[in-house]
Amino acid sequence: MKKILAIVLALVLMFSMTALAAEAKGEGVMTYAEYAAAALDSEVTIEAYVQAKQSWWDNKATIYAADEEGGYFIYNLTCTEEDYAKMVPGTKIKVTGYKIAWAGEIEVDGSDAKFEILEGSYIAEPIDATALLAAENLIDYQNQLVAFKGMTVEACNDKGDAFQYSWDGSGEAGTDADLYFNASVDGKTYTFVIEYYMCDANGVYGAETEAYKAVQALKVGDKIDMTGFLYWYEGAQPHIASVVPAV
Amino acid sequence: MRNIRKCAALIMVLLLVCLMTTGCHGSRDLKGFSIPSEFDMTRDYEITFWAKNDTNKTQTDIYKQAIADFMELYPNITVNLRLYTDYSRIYNDVITNIATKTTPNVCITYPDHIATYLTSDNCVVPLDNLFADAKYGLGGSELRFDSPSQEEIIPQFLSECTIGGQHYAIPYMRSTEALYINKDFVEALGYAIPDVVTWDFIWEVSDAAAAKDEEGNYLLNGQKVMIPFIYKSTDNMMIQMLRQKNAGYSTDAGEILIFNDETKDILETVAEHTATGAFSTFKISSYPANFLNAGQCVFAIDSTAGATWMGSDAPLCDIAEDKLVQFETEVRMIPQFDPENPKMISQGPSVCVFNKDDPQEVLASWLFAQYLLTNEVQIAYSGTEGYVPVTSKAQNSAEYQDYLSRAGEDNNLYYEVKLEAAQLLLANTGNTFVTPVFNGSASLRNAAGQLIEDTVKGVKRNKEINEAFFEKLYLDATSLYRLDQIEAGASGSGKAQFGPLPTTSVVLLASLAGTWVLIGLYAMTTMLRKRKTVR
Repeated sequence: MKKILAIVLALVLMFSMTALAAEAKGEGVMTYAEYAAAALDSEVTIEAYVQAKQSWWDNKATIYAADEEGGYFIYNLTCTEEDYAKMVPGTKIKVTGYKIAWAGEIEVDGSDAKFEILEGSYIAEPIDATALLAAENLIDYQNQLVAFKGMTVEACNDKGDAFQYSWDGSGEAGTDADLYFNASVDGKTYTFVIEYYMCDANGVYGAETEAYKAVQALKVGDKIDMTGFLYWYEGAQPHIASVVPAV
Repeated sequence: MRNIRKCAALIMVLLLVCLMTTGCHGSRDLKGFSIPSEFDMTRDYEITFWAKNDTNKTQTDIYKQAIADFMELYPNITVNLRLYTDYSRIYNDVITNIATKTTPNVCITYPDHIATYLTSDNCVVPLDNLFADAKYGLGGSELRFDSPSQEEIIPQFLSECTIGGQHYAIPYMRSTEALYINKDFVEALGYAIPDVVTWDFIWEVSDAAAAKDEEGNYLLNGQKVMIPFIYKSTDNMMIQMLRQKNAGYSTDAGEILIFNDETKDILETVAEHTATGAFSTFKISSYPANFLNAGQCVFAIDSTAGATWMGSDAPLCDIAEDKLVQFETEVRMIPQFDPENPKMISQGPSVCVFNKDDPQEVLASWLFAQYLLTNEVQIAYSGTEGYVPVTSKAQNSAEYQDYLSRAGEDNNLYYEVKLEAAQLLLANTGNTFVTPVFNGSASLRNAAGQLIEDTVKGVKRNKEINEAFFEKLYLDATSLYRLDQIEAGASGSGKAQFGPLPTTSVVLLASLAGTWVLIGLYAMTTMLRKRKTVR
């Protein structure tokens, strides 16, 4: 009898939490599950919280966003520089646009999306995805803030460099090149990226960010912990926001 | 009294000069460049070169080697390289730096962009006099390297660098677009690839390739993903289709002609084949090469300068090895409406030289720019992709001919698809064209592509493609790219495009004038007082 009661209470609690989460969404706004289930090229309306952004350029901003259930990538959201400045990490936004896929990355097409800034704030806690790197279901965490712990830096090219500018080393320091580096866990090596134009919490981007500097200081064999957003380009390509020595 | 009048007249003249020189937007008092009679080798120069590479390490290395070789010849000229992977970023940064007088010395660019740079007076150096200079011009007597003569630059490519009757750039590399085909798929569908593919052929085969089974798998590849025909650059797609149909795009003077019935026909065709699942674009789906190499595409159109990404054995690849499929790649010119009279775009980077206060520095910049035309640089860089050298001197050299003859010897320098792409342009240079260049031509180009992108999006988003759709599409494109603000006749020659000065500028200039008058009066009064004292 006690067991049944406990199960019933647990179920009630679970449904209540789900209902609360759903209630937190405005009218006509999709839950993350509804968004995930929505067909490509269909119109979606989401409410989410800015977690990070890429620098504003040409009246566009690319936003990494999240709610309690999942992550969103809003690509090239048409916005003024003034609105862009308001979208600091934690800011709640409502976006209505089309769900699209580009090279496997699921995103909201911001070019013709409507958005508004709402009251509310939320910063996501990273999910430890270290063990998920080799898993089939890694894609289920696409766009979420994730952590990779206890990774070992591996050479990223034949020269034995710990990182390189641009995917093939064609970039250079002092330019707007992304940084690419490899790190391994459990005998498998994965590639990670520092997007040059991804801003830190203070709106700083490029070589001035702590993450960019940390990668420039990496040595092969270093043990590191990372957090970042699980971006997708023909496979997982995490956009890393923080790199620190492994704890 | 006469003295006072003279002083007043002098001040008025000075004031007028000040007003004239500050009255041009973006002007920073740069004088027109005059070629020094001698290049001063006793001085040191430091110049900056903003270059674009196709995210290709070999290209970066070639730039660096060219700079090192040049600096060996001219030890007093230091060339600082700044690399970009995106033309639009270069364009944006140049515009920003014009205002602060910190433009690079030498810059890889497109003539469309130069037309905008030219709205700032004397900002970009006209090159005709430099070309012809006996000492430092093309093939000049005082050069420390083997430069091509003007006649040795492919005339078609050189003419593309002309704006308002003057050359403002030299061509650096040239490419066109090519059609990369999965031959196995075409034959599996029961077709043979013609020498010149027509638009009718490509739509017909693409529609056939879009057939699915009951479970949603494509019959052709057994996968859930198949985009039979993907176009990388939809601005080129629209521009070339219009040219092939002899339809309007713009006049040489900048009159916008793109909103015509032929454009609508093209968009309706695009809509029709998007609806069948036969067509998509790079901006909407991803890189054509990725789909082609994964066996998820039959026809991929991309630059010949993207050939190293195309095919099962491509030296560059962005997809996982387990996704690669083996197939035979065929290279053809882009589809044509009239196979007997093919037309294709000529594109590729050019090089311009920015003006500076010091003519010697400009001359040093020109020497470096010209060095990029030497056989060493031309042949090395063209081999990194399906580019062709822009000089007959390089094209006809034994080294380049040897390179061309070795197609397929390996999957790197002699990668067959890349060499076929280069041969395509070499064989069709006479069939290439460029669009008119004027202040605003870059916007029109963007708008041309946007018409296709928005049509494809519209179909995918179940919008009805009808008169109302096109009307809104045209209005949106006009507004977004400010096509209604482009003045015909604005060939980048400067002031004419700007119209009347804004009120704030008028107020500022009037204040400046007032200040000068007051300074003048004060100076005059002081002078007269001094004279009185002396007397």
